[in-house]
Amino acid sequence: MREISYADAVVEAIEEEMDKNEEVFVIGEDIGRYGGAYFANPKLWNKFGDERVRDTPISESAIVGFALGAAITGMRPVAEIMFCDIMTVAMDQIVNQVAKMRYMFGGNVKVPLVIRTPIGGFHNSAAQHSQSLESWFAHVPGLKVVMPSSPYAAKGLLKTAIRSNNPVIFFEHIQLYRQKGPVPEEEYYIPFGEANILREGKDLTVVASAVMVHRVMNVANKLEKKGIQIEVIDPQTLCPFDKETILSSVKKTGRLLVVHQACKTCGFGAEIAAIVAEEGFDYLIDSIQRLGAYDIPVPFASNLEDYTIPNEQRIFSAITEFLGK
Amino acid sequence: MDSKKLIELLETMLRIRHFEEEVGDLAARRKILGSVHLYIGEEAVAAGVCANLRQNDFITSTHRGHGHCIAKGGEFRFMMAELFGKTTGYCQGKGGSQHIANFDLGILGANGIVGGGMPIASGAGLSIKMRDTNQVAVCFFGDGCCNNGVFHESLNLASVWNLPVVYVCENNQYALSVPVKQSSLIQDYYLRKDAYGIRGCKVDGNDVIAVYEASKEAVERARKGEGPSLIECKTYRWRGHYEGEFDRHYTYRTKKEIEEWIEKCPIAQFKGYLIENNIITQEKIDQLEKEIQRELLEAVAFAEDSPAPKPEDALAGLFENE
Ligand SMILES: Cc1ncc(C[n+]2csc(CCOP(=O)(O)OP(=O)(O)O)c2C)c(N)n1
Ligand SMILES: [Mg+2]
Repeated sequence: MREISYADAVVEAIEEEMDKNEEVFVIGEDIGRYGGAYFANPKLWNKFGDERVRDTPISESAIVGFALGAAITGMRPVAEIMFCDIMTVAMDQIVNQVAKMRYMFGGNVKVPLVIRTPIGGFHNSAAQHSQSLESWFAHVPGLKVVMPSSPYAAKGLLKTAIRSNNPVIFFEHIQLYRQKGPVPEEEYYIPFGEANILREGKDLTVVASAVMVHRVMNVANKLEKKGIQIEVIDPQTLCPFDKETILSSVKKTGRLLVVHQACKTCGFGAEIAAIVAEEGFDYLIDSIQRLGAYDIPVPFASNLEDYTIPNEQRIFSAITEFLGK
Repeated sequence: MDSKKLIELLETMLRIRHFEEEVGDLAARRKILGSVHLYIGEEAVAAGVCANLRQNDFITSTHRGHGHCIAKGGEFRFMMAELFGKTTGYCQGKGGSQHIANFDLGILGANGIVGGGMPIASGAGLSIKMRDTNQVAVCFFGDGCCNNGVFHESLNLASVWNLPVVYVCENNQYALSVPVKQSSLIQDYYLRKDAYGIRGCKVDGNDVIAVYEASKEAVERARKGEGPSLIECKTYRWRGHYEGEFDRHYTYRTKKEIEEWIEKCPIAQFKGYLIENNIITQEKIDQLEKEIQRELLEAVAFAEDSPAPKPEDALAGLFENE
């Protein structure tokens, strides 16, 4: 199968949906002629022009709010916010408007809106460009929350997001944009709410998203050599959340560790731990463990940053200590 | 203006230029990590404005903040150490290029969020007024910030409350790749002064004397309790939006346009003026630059030799101990 980058997979998904449906358009900062702050790929702008690839001023509330206004009146906008840290600037529109509209108005309106935003981190971007804020959005009823970890998932899930009549917060990851992976030429969609089992194992269930999936997979290979077999699961979407896959994995392994880039307190790991404690308590042969960033803003210096966000070494020792090996 | 002041203006601009060139070089050699946004070409703005400020006056800065910091008295070695992520840096290596602050010098912080500093500078203005301290707060921000909600919220409230704040718009004509003409029908942002009923003007941001004079008036007014002003400095950034953007900036602006602005170099212009008017000689300037260069190399050595933080230092400092 051909291999393309995560960034190209994102562009391809949007392009295909724009080809199919005139209602789809993109709106955000530096996405036109410049081709995106990270992508350096003006393909969409070259093909669809200013009208459907709308560069905006630095006006995040307007980006989201305009997209919402357009979405409820017949368009299907794909908005982009340059960093997930900057979603905060548009928070009223996202939390009080986008998420509430359909329900609050008695189900009388469709909200076919995607907000794409990348998570940063791992490259000295410091406190305001390195956060992983997915759990904030998962906490707000009315938003679908998607977090792909591969080019294949990025394309298939984004196409589903654009097709959805519900608002979707689509978290990409700056560290993954250049990563290549197999993506079929044929069109496909990946449904929401289906976790992906990346690797089967009997000793421990490890749940991870985005970049942490790759770190955990590398650690899994090392553990294999020590005779430890971990099962690695990427939920892919946090809302809807596929708890069945995780519960049945824990039923098999008896142990759960959740690893995420976001800081530990109130991270999505807390939710997963709570679900398993509530619904899979009898399967557990040990306490549930979480590994997240320390509860501090991400510091600038390389060694401080590396210490703060779980690295492979920390994941490795968390697992070996957990298993007492 | 007396010649001492004029030479100080030149020196500040030269300090910024040399620092930024060195940082660009260090970033290219990956000695400095993370994004760095250089101020080269815009030196007259920070130098001209800050020459009117006292040490206890406040500024807020932006992602493109090194120039503001130097002009407000920031020392090369502590800045450099911060860029190297060392414990001796202004923020102990926790902030980096986009987050330099020094409260003793009234530098209330560079900012990674466009517009983040606008209400903060305004709040500093409020505090000055409430504490009745005769200080002034200056808010530096880019053209890109003018279309974010915080611009309006800040200028409106500062004007109704008559706060001692000088808003300095550094209109370098692009917000990353987006040209001002694509963001605003009215491209003279200073005209918004009338919407708030405050004073304001437009100046050639490459003319340090013009910047100095305009901000002098605004700072004096603020100090006298006559309220905020909005000064727009038209200027241009020579480098990419960030180091490492490389040639991608040719996707949104032409080489010719950049070259035309390099012709209008604020430092070259000002040097010419000073020499022509016998305020300084070329030899004196050469000597000045040599000294700056020496101080810079010492700063780099200081940064290189300074200890890196211990990883566990990451955990310290979130709250003050209570
Ligand atoms: C609220 C917010 N939106 C977007 C960004 C990403 N970003 C950083 S700098 C920049 C351009 C800023 O342009 P301007 O204010 O004109 O300053 P300049 O870079 O030209 O000095 C953008 C879009 C950000 N940091 N914060
Ligand atoms: Mg600008």
